[in-house]
Amino acid sequence: MERKKIRFTINGRPCELEIKTWQTLLEVIREDLKLTGTKEGCGEGECGSCTVIMGGRTVNSCLVPAMEADGQEIMTIEGMSDGDKLHPIQEAFVGQSGTQCGYCTPGMIMSAKALLDENPDPSQEEIREGISGNLCRCTGYTKIFESISAAAQNMRLSQK
Amino acid sequence: MAVFYRRLPRMDYIRPDTVDEVLDILAKGEPGRYKVYAGGTDVIPKIKKRIMPPPRILVDLKGIKGMDYVEYDEKVGLRIGALASVRSVAESTVIKEKYPVLSQAARSIASIQIRNRATIAGNLCNAVPSADSAPALLAMDAELRCISKRGERAIRIDEFFKAPGRTALEPDEILQEICIPAMNEKTKGIYGKLSPRSRMDLAVVGVAVLGRSEDGFFKDIRIGLGAVAPKPIRALKAEELLAGSNICDETINDASMAAALDAKPIDDHRASAEYRRMMVEVLVRRGLKYILD
Repeated sequence: MERKKIRFTINGRPCELEIKTWQTLLEVIREDLKLTGTKEGCGEGECGSCTVIMGGRTVNSCLVPAMEADGQEIMTIEGMSDGDKLHPIQEAFVGQSGTQCGYCTPGMIMSAKALLDENPDPSQEEIREGISGNLCRCTGYTKIFESISAAAQNMRLSQK
Repeated sequence: MAVFYRRLPRMDYIRPDTVDEVLDILAKGEPGRYKVYAGGTDVIPKIKKRIMPPPRILVDLKGIKGMDYVEYDEKVGLRIGALASVRSVAESTVIKEKYPVLSQAARSIASIQIRNRATIAGNLCNAVPSADSAPALLAMDAELRCISKRGERAIRIDEFFKAPGRTALEPDEILQEICIPAMNEKTKGIYGKLSPRSRMDLAVVGVAVLGRSEDGFFKDIRIGLGAVAPKPIRALKAEELLAGSNICDETINDASMAAALDAKPIDDHRASAEYRRMMVEVLVRRGLKYILD
């Protein structure tokens, strides 16, 4: 017991860490890697603030034992932008005022990314479904739906 | 109220590569020392909240290769490996086509993040009365293949649930596979779930109705009920009433009322027993009408 070594890729960068075996992925991301964009909300998988993409799929990082990250590819909100250039989903959240207090935003954007990666042209219903695991207490969601719609449209246009 | 610590207690983590390794560990007979988990979406919050006594060692089953299958054969039926995620079951084309009620039930579980991690097997082993996959699997007569160092055995799903959070699994045993028999081609099924929120919520009432109509008669009607008894149950009296009955409004009403009496709900903060009972009646009636549609 105590510490074990894990290797994984985070935001495209290989990473080797010694962690406590009972740490969650969220704790490792925030406290060991100091990537504090990912937030802790409820800590029990209800709110989605801690959503990251692991192996191409969204997970609540507060429920993932960090040991499971070994050998995985992980993406957090910090991996979305290309240097100072924001990702089109981030641009859309800025442009459409999809953010108020901002606490849910990183999780929302990760869920939106996973959605748009699989379905570049989602319907309103599919957008709602896609972020149903992310709670927002400020916006009433309308601006978030609009942001994701706008992002989808912009991304499709830039593909052409 | 359970205290919520946010942090996991100090424990070790192992990830065995084979079922045999897991069974060896469990056969040591050290209760409480090990806790096996698949998706962890129920186990991790329970350990964080100290509802479950923290194990010394978490045993991650996901290291086992080839246990996440969803396989269909016309003769044998459907086989779901213990590590198949809820999402893979919800999205499987063969399940959508042959067992739409299961696909629907799987889709109704929590959120995408949870469905990506959680497994149907884990949903059953967690054994909460409101487990969304249970009514559908009860209605489909699923058989649960379990394995321990002592050997393999099959447990019928209606004998699997014992009490809230308790199953027929022995401490040294794991659920390996869920088997669902092939269905008659004309069988239809639907899962009706009531919850205050449309997504990301537990069922207040969950009702799966499965069966078919044949020459004006109900045939092989099976009804699974969730969240209305200490464990997921079949509405046996209602099923009995429908067996071989001719199709008319009176039969449908009688059967729906019988199902409401099959339910043994409790009052809690989610809903009153009375409401749950009434909703069983409504959802069974809707389910039967859907089958006739």
